[in-house]
Amino acid sequence: MPTTQFDSILERREAAMLGMWLFLATEVLFFGPLFFGYFHSRLASHDAFVAGSHHMHFWLGTINTAVLLTSSFTMALAVQVAQDRGRFLRLLLLASAALGIAFLCIKGYEYASEIPEVARAEGPEQVFYLLYFAMTGLHAIHLTIGAVLVIWTAFISARRAIRVEVLGLYWHFVDAVWLFLYPMFYLLERYSA
Amino acid sequence: MSYLAEGFSLRSWLTTNDHKRIAVLYMVAITAFFFVGGAAATLIRLELATPAGDLVQPETYNKLFTIHGVVMVWFFLIPSIPSVLGNFLVPLMVGARDMAFPRLNLASWYIYVLGGLFTVATLIAGGVDTGWTFYTPYSTMFSNGNVLLAVAGVFIVGFSSILTGLNIIVTVHRLRAPGLTWFRLPLFVWANYATSLILILATPVLAMTLCLVALERVFHVGIFDPALGGDPLLFQHLFWFYSHPAVYIMVLPAMGVASEIIPCFARRPVFGYRFMAYAILAIASIGFLVWGHHMFVSGQSLYAGLVFSMLSFLVAIPSAIKVFNWTATLYKGSITFAAPMLYALGFVGLFTIGGMTGLFLAATAVDVHLTDTYFVIAHFHYIMVGGSVMCYLGGIHFWWPKISGRMYPEMWGRAAALLIFFGFNLTFFPQYLLGWLGMPRRYHAYPPELQLLNVFSSAGAVVLALGYLLPLGYLGWSLLYGKKAPPNPWQATGLEWQTASPPPKHNFEHEPVVHQGPYAYDPVR
Amino acid sequence: MSFWTLPAASDTAQRVDRLFFALLGVTGTVTLAIFVLMIFFSIRYRRGSRAARERPPTSNRALELGWTLTPLALFVGIFVWAAGVYGSFYKRDPAAATVYVVGKQWMWKVEHANGRREIDELHLPVGQPVRLVLATEDVIHSFYVPAFRIKQDAVPGRYTAISFTPTTVGEYRLHCAEYCGTDHAHMGGRVFVLPAPAFARWLEEGNPAPSLAAQGFDLFRRKGCSGCHEPGSSVHAPDLKNIAGRIVHLADGRAVLADEAYLRDSMLVPKRDVVAGYEPIMPSFQGQLDEGEIAALIAYLKERR
Repeated sequence: MPTTQFDSILERREAAMLGMWLFLATEVLFFGPLFFGYFHSRLASHDAFVAGSHHMHFWLGTINTAVLLTSSFTMALAVQVAQDRGRFLRLLLLASAALGIAFLCIKGYEYASEIPEVARAEGPEQVFYLLYFAMTGLHAIHLTIGAVLVIWTAFISARRAIRVEVLGLYWHFVDAVWLFLYPMFYLLERYSA
Repeated sequence: MSYLAEGFSLRSWLTTNDHKRIAVLYMVAITAFFFVGGAAATLIRLELATPAGDLVQPETYNKLFTIHGVVMVWFFLIPSIPSVLGNFLVPLMVGARDMAFPRLNLASWYIYVLGGLFTVATLIAGGVDTGWTFYTPYSTMFSNGNVLLAVAGVFIVGFSSILTGLNIIVTVHRLRAPGLTWFRLPLFVWANYATSLILILATPVLAMTLCLVALERVFHVGIFDPALGGDPLLFQHLFWFYSHPAVYIMVLPAMGVASEIIPCFARRPVFGYRFMAYAILAIASIGFLVWGHHMFVSGQSLYAGLVFSMLSFLVAIPSAIKVFNWTATLYKGSITFAAPMLYALGFVGLFTIGGMTGLFLAATAVDVHLTDTYFVIAHFHYIMVGGSVMCYLGGIHFWWPKISGRMYPEMWGRAAALLIFFGFNLTFFPQYLLGWLGMPRRYHAYPPELQLLNVFSSAGAVVLALGYLLPLGYLGWSLLYGKKAPPNPWQATGLEWQTASPPPKHNFEHEPVVHQGPYAYDPVR
Repeated sequence: MSFWTLPAASDTAQRVDRLFFALLGVTGTVTLAIFVLMIFFSIRYRRGSRAARERPPTSNRALELGWTLTPLALFVGIFVWAAGVYGSFYKRDPAAATVYVVGKQWMWKVEHANGRREIDELHLPVGQPVRLVLATEDVIHSFYVPAFRIKQDAVPGRYTAISFTPTTVGEYRLHCAEYCGTDHAHMGGRVFVLPAPAFARWLEEGNPAPSLAAQGFDLFRRKGCSGCHEPGSSVHAPDLKNIAGRIVHLADGRAVLADEAYLRDSMLVPKRDVVAGYEPIMPSFQGQLDEGEIAALIAYLKERR
């Protein structure tokens, strides 16, 4: 018997998956006020938000999107491999983590180049940048935690398929958040007048 | 061997993974905070015994009601029933050996304590004067209090709520005993399940909102202050999106407790079990859609106000259904009046008054006059104190034999229940009248013609304070000198009564198998 | 004022009271019925009593539906009634006199149309519809006159308004109802409802100040508004003749009503609502105009023909 409270490995696995899904529900609501604030402020100060999106580094954001999607792909493979007890599990996990770290490096470079512009912003445009830093920053924190957990799992407990599966869920969630942030900050009305 | 005998060292308590021991840890911690919040309330009522603000400085008074609100809401009411009784009873009631994630359970208690330390630090550093609602721009730009410390405490304790909620949900989903289908669950489990859903979905919104308040206060960039391009109403929307459902976090578990106690002491099945379960879910879900009724005079649009008003009336219906069903449960019963039953019946009465006066506040035009007055104070104290605290105490008495293995002294229990009921009404009923007469809340001084009612209220507070001290005394006494409790002193149904009092570490000698629904009581004589 | 009753000194107060006492009647009856039943059952079915109790019912669908649908019908009725009264607080009555009220930690500053100012007092003529336009210079405040049953928050960054008609001559309490800091409890004063002639006398006496609109006209020139907005100016800026109450078409295709809130925003956040056909060249006057000056400018714009 693995632990006292569960009758079987299966029950334990189901509990872990349900736990992670509920945690992700909490996460969605944790990001919620930022998304709500974004749309509320965008409606109130539309022009400032359009102006703000023109200051974003479009190509860095796009490359980062590709990097993150690739990491999701390697993570999906890792989960598959872990379930089938196949080969290259550690390699796939480390690849996902490496791509995540690459994303963070690009993001860090982007932040550094944006600081001077942000310092000049005022009024509603300031709100745009606040939301930009808060949302992408919170996303980056999640990604950092994810990368640490993935590396740790790769070296310590990769053979427990359930751990890889639960971690995979979390990883995909973090990627999915970016898939909302990317259009909200980089794309929306970028090419309108 | 009972769970209490598993180890007597402090270390054995502070490193335990046993849900029952963690529940006891929670009980100790929230009791401490209850008396901190109660002390603040006592000082508030003392100040208001006279119309002039002559006992404490206005700043001090503002800090008193802030700390009263912060402590009572986040450090007592919200964790009270879910984290103490829920933690102790949900695994027992579903026939499980522990919560699904025992270590997470212990972690949530430590997070609670950490949040509590921040709140204590706020007090030591000189307090905070924003009100428990932290309205912007006062909290971000104008207050000189320790807003950051207070906000940090509330932020941290939120994660304790989230983890407890997550644990309860997974436990109810995955660890039910064989044969225990959803519609055989006791209503207490239903109530804690629904509460947990609110905990995990509403609490993170508050956490992030408070982060934004902190950002705005520290860096002067923000989305709430109009001078910075923000909107203060956005804060109110986000805050009440959490804080209205939070009311249901406090009262749903209380309804669960009443639904256990009343059938037991009426010796008959609860009336309309399925409707009761559906009503719990309806309250939890509609409760997410009514937050705007806190903002009828805030400048939100007229139409938003009307939608929120209608939804607020809707959420009252499942509550009404529950009151009718509890009343009907008394019909053809065989009723005895032990202390838990007195608390439960008191709860139904007070909750009815609190709920009915809620309708006045849902009716937009009447709310314009009554909001931000003592009418609102009276209303939510009838729900939170008359509702949640009555049932928390009722539950503590009902399950005391199970938790401690001892019987409490019955006469003392009844006396305390009656004293609290009387003191409560004397304290808070005059506040309805004060509200109607237009006494605004959070007032350190008030017009002299309102003194008589305020004196009644303050006198009631003294009675209430005595009432709350009594159980602390005799329950403590019973730990040492109380009669040893049999496994099932109330002849109650429910899996928690089918094991020893107090239960062994893993709850049951053999995994129980369930063959019938809850409340299979037979009326006697 | 007795400790028991609250005067009902406005049309809104009478409407709110009717609804309040109707609600009290309905909820009181139901509450009483529940209490009587609970006590009756508790006595009749106490352990050991000889009441018949074989086969207690555990559910009754008709009963459940009955006590679900009856409250629903009642609630819809109350909702509609309340909504009607609530709507009347915010209706625009062209005959209403506008009074500007500015909240500030911890006082209420009032400006009448003729320029008469008062602090922590509000004088109103009986029988005359009034519309209070509220602003605040710092935190949220709430203007509350219990005898009128009206309450409205003053919110930073925007105007709010509430309408009513005082109906009874007298002196009433004025409070701040939204917590606003240290002296929140002392932020308030008196509202005086005067007979029309007495009010007219009060309005004129001790009032050396020019009318609010005249002060606005003065500001309009001193603050440089006229440099661009006078017809014949070399700068291409919208003409402000008859601006108040007009529908304005904006550069992004929206059309908005030029009410007090719009005029205020146009001074403080001019880039938000740019008028169609004009460049967004107007600077913001945020920080250069206080709420009193903004109110004066708006009063002037309302009279500019």
